[in-house]
Amino acid sequence: MSCSRMESKILGYVDGRLKESERLEMEKHVSTCAACRVRVNEFRTVNVLLDELPMIEPSAAFDLRVHARVAAEPAKQSWWAWSMPAPRVAFAAAMLAVAMAWVGSRMPNDPLSAGDIDKINQNLPVLENYDVISDFSPLSDLSQQAPDDDPSDSNQSQQM
Amino acid sequence: MLDVKAGDEQSFTLLLHRYRSPLINFLYRMVRNREQAEDLAQEVFLRVYRAREEYVPSAKFTTWLFRIATNLALNSVRDNRYQRMEISLDAPVTADAEDGDEKTMDVAEKHPNIEQHLIEETRKKMIRHAIEKLPEKQRAAVLLHKYQELDYGEISKILECSESALKSLLFRAYETLRVELAPLVARQAKQ
Repeated sequence: MSCSRMESKILGYVDGRLKESERLEMEKHVSTCAACRVRVNEFRTVNVLLDELPMIEPSAAFDLRVHARVAAEPAKQSWWAWSMPAPRVAFAAAMLAVAMAWVGSRMPNDPLSAGDIDKINQNLPVLENYDVISDFSPLSDLSQQAPDDDPSDSNQSQQM
Repeated sequence: MLDVKAGDEQSFTLLLHRYRSPLINFLYRMVRNREQAEDLAQEVFLRVYRAREEYVPSAKFTTWLFRIATNLALNSVRDNRYQRMEISLDAPVTADAEDGDEKTMDVAEKHPNIEQHLIEETRKKMIRHAIEKLPEKQRAAVLLHKYQELDYGEISKILECSESALKSLLFRAYETLRVELAPLVARQAKQ
């Protein structure tokens, strides 16, 4: 093994992450190369020095802050929920649909039959003289006098 | 993580408890500021929560977690660098609140001898500054390798480079540390 090839393996050798065959190869090289031996020892020392740095502890409020931020996240909704953002809107839409269905059911399904058209044609002259009928005073008098002409009333008065 | 994906809120709390400390320490070493490290760690957990439904266990969870953390940290370091340049080009780059934070971790009773305590503090400061002086990608590689004990495959995925490129990156980083810490290395060798 050359010194330059050792560079890619020295750290793995120092922290014990090399395969057995690579480790043996490294040991063989280090035993014959003084410069690499010094470097390995110095890397080991650096590795030990890095252990001296203390760890810090999370602040007491850290968990609370994370949970608060998570709780503030909007809940994920389905496409249906997204299209219906409020219950009132959904209710209004449902009522509109019911109303449209009801109006639709009230519409006549069949056109007028030939017999109906004949009846209308027969009554057409009467309808055309509607002005005469509406001003026909005997008819209006008839409607006012009708209670007096009630046969049941006359019978009752005769019994009395 | 699969339980979190299935909507189990307690599993998210377990993830939080398990990974908050290594994550905050990693981010702290990257951005050199405790408050900012905690803010970034919160952001990492929030992104994990948001992405829970899309999570596919194609890689280790730690790889995914530290990839998010590393990207956030690298962006933050770059933003801070520009911010500092805007504030003052002459201001000394010191470890702002960091010194105070780490001092609080020391137990004074362990160091009845003040002189020894000061020597140890100086050593720690040297080590910390040596890591801080590393270029950010080298720093991330060292932190993931040394403190998170991730393997080369995981770290190379996190840093989006090949394993051979990672080994070269780590070698250069350790070479720099060896030079920066030469006085401590020499003292250690004599002992």
